[in-house]
Amino acid sequence: MTTTIASGRIEAAFERLKIEGRKALITFITAGDPDLPATKDIILALEEAGADIIELGVPFSDPMADGPTIQASSERAVKKGTHLKDVLRLVKEVRKETQIPIVLFGYYNPVFNYGLEKFARDAKAAGVDGALIVDLPAEESGELKDRLDDGSLDMIFLLTPTSNAARMRLIASKASGFIYFVSVTGVTGARSSVSGDAKGYVAKIRKVTDLPVGVGFGISTPAQAREVAKYADAVIVGSAIVNVIAKNSGNKKRLVGEVRRFVSGLRAAMDS
Amino acid sequence: MKRTPDALGHFGIYGGRYISETLMPAVQELEEAYNKWRTNADFKAEFAYYLKEYVGRPTPLYFAERLTRKTGGADIYLKREDLCHTGAHKINNTIGQILLAKRMGKKRIIAETGAGQHGVATATVAAMFGLECEIYMGEDDIKRQSPNVFRMKLLGAKVTPVTSGSKTLKDAMNEALRDWVTNVYNTFYIIGTVAGPHPYPMLVRDFQSIIGTEARRQIKDKTGRLPDELIACVGGGSNAMGLFHPFLEDAGVKMTGVEAGGHGLSTGMHAASINGGRVGVLHGNKTYLLQDKFGQIIDTHSISAGLDYPGVGPEHAYLHDAGRVNYVTIKDSEALDGFKALTLSEGIIPALESSHAVAHAIKAAKELGKGRLIIVNLSGRGDKDLNTVSKAFNFEL
Repeated sequence: MTTTIASGRIEAAFERLKIEGRKALITFITAGDPDLPATKDIILALEEAGADIIELGVPFSDPMADGPTIQASSERAVKKGTHLKDVLRLVKEVRKETQIPIVLFGYYNPVFNYGLEKFARDAKAAGVDGALIVDLPAEESGELKDRLDDGSLDMIFLLTPTSNAARMRLIASKASGFIYFVSVTGVTGARSSVSGDAKGYVAKIRKVTDLPVGVGFGISTPAQAREVAKYADAVIVGSAIVNVIAKNSGNKKRLVGEVRRFVSGLRAAMDS
Repeated sequence: MKRTPDALGHFGIYGGRYISETLMPAVQELEEAYNKWRTNADFKAEFAYYLKEYVGRPTPLYFAERLTRKTGGADIYLKREDLCHTGAHKINNTIGQILLAKRMGKKRIIAETGAGQHGVATATVAAMFGLECEIYMGEDDIKRQSPNVFRMKLLGAKVTPVTSGSKTLKDAMNEALRDWVTNVYNTFYIIGTVAGPHPYPMLVRDFQSIIGTEARRQIKDKTGRLPDELIACVGGGSNAMGLFHPFLEDAGVKMTGVEAGGHGLSTGMHAASINGGRVGVLHGNKTYLLQDKFGQIIDTHSISAGLDYPGVGPEHAYLHDAGRVNYVTIKDSEALDGFKALTLSEGIIPALESSHAVAHAIKAAKELGKGRLIIVNLSGRGDKDLNTVSKAFNFEL
């Protein structure tokens, strides 16, 4: 069993929650949808509503692991001219007001294009806590991980229902921060039910790592969040929040209020 | 120069496996199956049987005497992949992959397609082996390649229009990957070019290498020697890799890959990933990509749907850097000239993709001069392009 030493904020968040006897709520939004100032307001609202970690989507032209909701969101953000450099600037801005852990969630090409060394340096300076790069599996992660070796940034990896025991061990040996278990074979998106096997997989993952295990993909309702919170360390919700944002993008005040209301509902269900 | 990728599918710094975790076990399973069957006598015999009896191989290596005379330079030979069943080289690969799918017990086939040639080749073998088949195709490509859409449907495939992004080949590949990630247990993804996560670039190359293996033997039989230059068009690059690979060790054989120059490199309206792109990561591999300064993939343009892709197979990127293959561009207008020249001089209507290779061959033949030998890969026939060509020539059909 190997774990890399994690950076401050993510590890601290899980420790605090453990003491409080609560589970983490991790919320995903796309940076720059509907625009960057709104993203900042949304992040602060998410924290107020009870989110513990923010996953900030870095817009990419070809989001091949995402379903229609996040695809459309990413496309809107790219059209607005939101790129990795803008996302880093946003995090710097947000850091003036909150210490909530922020994980960048995205695809490898924008990061590779930005320059790996520069990314490692700038992300740390901006106050990013971790990176989850969907199309950078453990085998290919070395060139980025080598640049993050001072532990300044956690590298979050996915485990999925197709990951066998050997892969679980491999990924656990590279991961830090937390493990993200993808509850279904498929793309991101709200689903009516979370895979019944998720609980069993989480138990298997716990055998290979001490890291907290979050479960995501398909969680969209308070009832699902409560169910998952019973066995996972973190509940990860993305498309459902992105939907709320998309529906209210015309009215920023209402948008922030609706996001707060929706996420408070998830939080309440998890804590009940 | 190493000839095969390393154990993780890297050609130098290129290639690899940049895919989501869900698909990692699937590509590992494919790699294991391929390693098991590639040297198996029954598998090889079955592959050879279908290539001969069903595809119609070996395809002729035809001396284009009138084109050569008109050009007034090197002798131009055409490797007639346009005579393959379904009209292009794509079927060499789909036969190979479906034989693997069958042995792996997969019940469902998916594929992406641009021009529709790979879609038709996939739908064809799926029909022959009785497997369910779904083809992803960009909405814009569906419009410009309607005859192939109809052919796929006749063959029993479901053709799913892709409306995201630029609505062309790259988006079709995104959508096929999304399908695969969802249906990974029962579905086999037949990738149509020498790109994607390892082992696809290697596996597609190996199945397409029959082109170069035949051509090498045929040119020696006909002329008693090896050619001076090989020329093939490069989108993803499967027909070029198929022709080039068996000649890689022949130091005297020059190789030229022809990228789609569109309206010209300086206009930004092209699909020349090597000549106009930078290294990046897309669709499972590291390679040259057409991208903006932020790493967003940009819209490409080519008159030929089959070349309209912002990336190129990783082994091509490697061969380019190693200086073994020279990559040039041919513009839309030049490709149309090549199309016309071959049609009128030889009575062969080439695909617009292949017309790029023909157009460059005419230039190269003049440069090389008389007494030298060129082999052009005529990768497909042009029937599917008649709508596009009639528009370009203002010709009422």
